[in-house]
Amino acid sequence: MTDNQPEMPGLGRGMMAVAKRDLFLAWKRPGDVLNPLFFFAMVATLFPLAVGPSAEQLEFSGPGVLWVAALLAMLLSLNSLFVSDFEDGSLEQMLVSPVPLAALSLGKTIAHWLTSGLPLVIVAPILGMTFRMPASVMGVLMLTLLLGTISLSLLGSIGAALTVGLHRGTALLSLLILPLAMPLLIFGARTVSLAAAGDVVAGGLYFLAAYAVLIVSLAPFAIAAALRISNE
Amino acid sequence: MWKFIHKLASPPHFYGLAAKIIPWFFLPGLILIIYGLYGGLLLAPPDYQQGDAFRIIYVHVPSAYLSLMAYSIMAISAGIGLIWRLKLAHAVAAAAAPIGAWFTFLALATGSLWGRPMWGTWWERGDPRLTSELVMLFLYFGYMALRGAIDDTAKADRASAVLALVGAVNVPIIHFSVEWWSSLHQGPTLMKKGGPAMDAAMLYPLLAMILGFTLIFGALLLRRVRTEVLYRERRTRWVRHLVLSSAVEKK
Repeated sequence: MTDNQPEMPGLGRGMMAVAKRDLFLAWKRPGDVLNPLFFFAMVATLFPLAVGPSAEQLEFSGPGVLWVAALLAMLLSLNSLFVSDFEDGSLEQMLVSPVPLAALSLGKTIAHWLTSGLPLVIVAPILGMTFRMPASVMGVLMLTLLLGTISLSLLGSIGAALTVGLHRGTALLSLLILPLAMPLLIFGARTVSLAAAGDVVAGGLYFLAAYAVLIVSLAPFAIAAALRISNE
Repeated sequence: MWKFIHKLASPPHFYGLAAKIIPWFFLPGLILIIYGLYGGLLLAPPDYQQGDAFRIIYVHVPSAYLSLMAYSIMAISAGIGLIWRLKLAHAVAAAAAPIGAWFTFLALATGSLWGRPMWGTWWERGDPRLTSELVMLFLYFGYMALRGAIDDTAKADRASAVLALVGAVNVPIIHFSVEWWSSLHQGPTLMKKGGPAMDAAMLYPLLAMILGFTLIFGALLLRRVRTEVLYRERRTRWVRHLVLSSAVEKK
């Protein structure tokens, strides 16, 4: 390699650089991370107020409410995923970078999941307790949310990439992503309910894991394609 | 072979060809539907369990089938448009979406009407098939909303094509959900091992309706694609020529 030719960064290094940068930005603006988390807690707190305080109802609706709240909180955090990069031009720099755009978008999604998916998983057991979930179910609840939020991060990034330059992006994003997230919601909430009833949960967990694997391998390319189209 | 495809994909050629093909879809489709309606509503015997109420199957099943079919056509032509940059393929995808949405709506409406006397409820929340058909409708809405939100046609084509392909991953999940969850919805009748579980007098009108609906769908699709092509090519010479010559004829 000649001296005047800069060394080309590898796939992993480019990806990690983007992830690190986004994590650092999130550290500087903690509100972006905390708001969806507060939203998650608020929805889970409001719901029992609307339904009534009976223990049976709480136990029955707990898994569903937590899952819907997590889904909406993820959606809330996705709106801003590409917007600031789009406005200050760093997205264009990613487009012309020698590192494949799919790897860079995966890096962004990793950072997004660490700042908005993982906190939900950690907080979920506390909220689960307010729904009178037994301690034995907490593991399953966290595991379904862990797998589910990974898929939601990637699925939502596709939608966020498609709507990044648009004026009415927020409402549109929900319309695009919520129908696609339906299988995750069904299997996630069902598996937690089954666990609460003392049933076998392996099937649901396998489905969520399979979905996560599928989307981790395919979504980065869809995100990259969508980003290129949005930046034309 | 390639020459033929290239010729077919050129808008003026397609515009003319489609006009000639449409009657060949429309008339047989109409005849099949008339036969299917006559056979299904008048000739077929009442069901031993459901009585006359089962007859809504002759609209419900073809609509539900076409809601999937239209989505497949939309996703496949969107993919073709994205990969080979064929403008005509994007026009087909754009034209298929509203028709598919209407068939999905029709399947939901007839299913709901059917559910009332049979299950005792308009809308059975626990049934995954109903829910997934509704999801299908939302997929169509999302696709059309994204298309509507982007002003530039070429950009809208490509963005919505990505969405259609991502959504297509969900279509198999929707289709097989009937086997995954136990539900009120009856199992597959037509496509199962050992042949259809249906009397011939009931079956043939149903098959005629499915084929007839498909042909009518083809005619509607071609008609919409023609309009779409005309609109997209409105600044080209051949469209101007076409419009001017038809205006002269009218005078």
